[in-house]
Amino acid sequence: MDPITATHYIGLSAILFAIGAVGVGIKRNPIVIFMCIELMLNAANLALVAMGKHLGSISGQMMAIFVMAVAAAEVAIGLGIIVSIFRSRETIDIDEVNLLKL
Amino acid sequence: MQGNSIGFWILAALCIAAAVQVVANRNPVRSALALVGVMCCLSVFYFAQGAEFVGAVQVIVYAGAIMVLFLFVIMLLNLGAPNPMMDRVGLSKPVALLASAVLLGSLAFAGALKIAPGRAVKSPVSGTVQQIGYALFDPGRPWLFAFELTSVLLLVGVVGAVVLAQRRSD
Amino acid sequence: MVIPNFSIGPLHLLDVLPYVAIVTILGVILLLTPFLVWYERVALALIQDRLGPNRVGPRGLLQAFADGIKLFLKEDIRPSAIDATIYYAAPVLMMIPALAACAVLPVADLRIDMGGGRIEAIPFVVGNVNIGILYLLGLTSLQVYGIVLAGWASNNKYSLMGGLRSSAQTISYELSMTMAVLTGVLISGSTNMVEIVRSQAGTVADWNIAKFLPLGFIATVVYLIAMVAETNRAPFDLPEAESELVAGFHTEYSSMKFAMFFMCEYASMLVISGVATALWFGGWNSPHPALNFVPGFVWFILKVVAFVMVYVWVRATLPRLRYDALMALGWKRLLPIALAALVLTATWDAVRTPADKKSGWPVIEAPHDADKPVARASNAR
Repeated sequence: MDPITATHYIGLSAILFAIGAVGVGIKRNPIVIFMCIELMLNAANLALVAMGKHLGSISGQMMAIFVMAVAAAEVAIGLGIIVSIFRSRETIDIDEVNLLKL
Repeated sequence: MQGNSIGFWILAALCIAAAVQVVANRNPVRSALALVGVMCCLSVFYFAQGAEFVGAVQVIVYAGAIMVLFLFVIMLLNLGAPNPMMDRVGLSKPVALLASAVLLGSLAFAGALKIAPGRAVKSPVSGTVQQIGYALFDPGRPWLFAFELTSVLLLVGVVGAVVLAQRRSD
Repeated sequence: MVIPNFSIGPLHLLDVLPYVAIVTILGVILLLTPFLVWYERVALALIQDRLGPNRVGPRGLLQAFADGIKLFLKEDIRPSAIDATIYYAAPVLMMIPALAACAVLPVADLRIDMGGGRIEAIPFVVGNVNIGILYLLGLTSLQVYGIVLAGWASNNKYSLMGGLRSSAQTISYELSMTMAVLTGVLISGSTNMVEIVRSQAGTVADWNIAKFLPLGFIATVVYLIAMVAETNRAPFDLPEAESELVAGFHTEYSSMKFAMFFMCEYASMLVISGVATALWFGGWNSPHPALNFVPGFVWFILKVVAFVMVYVWVRATLPRLRYDALMALGWKRLLPIALAALVLTATWDAVRTPADKKSGWPVIEAPHDADKPVARASNAR
């Protein structure tokens, strides 16, 4: 078997990213859509770290850390929005939630 | 090296299977669990590439905090039951699959183009806590500014979450 | 106590040491659990002025084994309408992090004669890794899944409440705990557990609790409170609160699955006490050089047992917190205090470190990073 190189990691990352994109396309539950976005962010992180290792630079890891910090803030806000939507409408089906105001 | 590559293939297969479960499972709790699985696999990949700090933070932040928050909201809103209505029907499924296939193809193509084997560096960096710290707080690099910006972003996130979650008095 | 570096056939002592450590540490923790249950019941009885277990074996010592056998023989009830996979996986998911955390627990420093009179200190630990503390934080944060999923999969509203409470509580107290742990890391200057313990050699004054006074002490107190909350022990046992939630997340669990939750609680109590010992109370170091003749692991065990005593004492003395009081304590008291301790420790440490005359930054030797000179060069062009 070939030794594992950056190409393998990038390929894996591309697959994970595409799977996440499918989820965003076909799901109507915003929490699951959110999880799929997290999956895509994770895939991007893997690519960043693999590229950083390939080029002998720590920058890839630094970017991955920032992506994580931003993802944490995003989840806090996003889940807050989902909870408040659920409170005001009793549903979170994104095809039903199509008004900016109640 | 042989053991390494076998480990990679096993973990990669696990990782992709879990990622498919995130999308395919109709039960949000199981989706969340599958995503925790993906994250743990990715953490192992980070460790395998010498990115110790990123691997540890991956588990602490993603698996330990973000996904627990997801589970908490799923339980709080009582959405744990599998619900087939929560999938899109009609055209959007094939369109989404096709679009993602195109995306995968172009990503793989771009990745393969970018990685010329000759550019691999002989002495790879490792990501110990010390090295990450030195790189992060080096005033000669862009990360320090980004770090400060991120702290502001997190503060905004905290305030926003509090405002969103508080009950209206009316 | 110097151990010669011997080898049996192809096996050298240093190579097999991690495996010996795995077997010893896991074995001790799993074997100690029944006695811990006995210890807790006897201590509780003492505090509450009653007799406690005294029927099975001398002084009731075998009571816990009798309980274990009873649990083995009980009917394994499978509630209807559960999510079976997750229901059965939950106790296991809780056990794995509790036991995996032992891997970085530094128990003792062995003095090994490497030949030619050269004596080296080899830590008796499964994995002497650089990011030991981060590994521990990761595992403690994973432990909540067992409780949350047990609560959810049981399909019982009390269990669900227990799971919800547990996830909120763990996330809240984990922050304070992480801040306190980071303060300890700053004081010791390492994230390696063995290095942290070694930096505390000497007298009691060299332990992290007594350094950076009073910051080390404050962080220790925050850690001790947060660790009780993380293990879901009284007075923070809201996830199981038997008086309101009828045992909360493990209401629907019977027989060995219940026993596993029970064992988990005690195993994680031991492990987290070990972490507290290593991080704040000098680990295997003796309180005074005059007491150095006592081997290190004895000190370690003594300190852990003292912590378990504190756990029991706290359980016997304090009533369970109300849920909002628990959240207020975590977010409004502990977290600001822990943050302040961390920031002040960092400032103090930065002031003490000699700074580079020109830039004003502490003197550091830049680690190898290939992209730095390249990036500069391309910018210049």
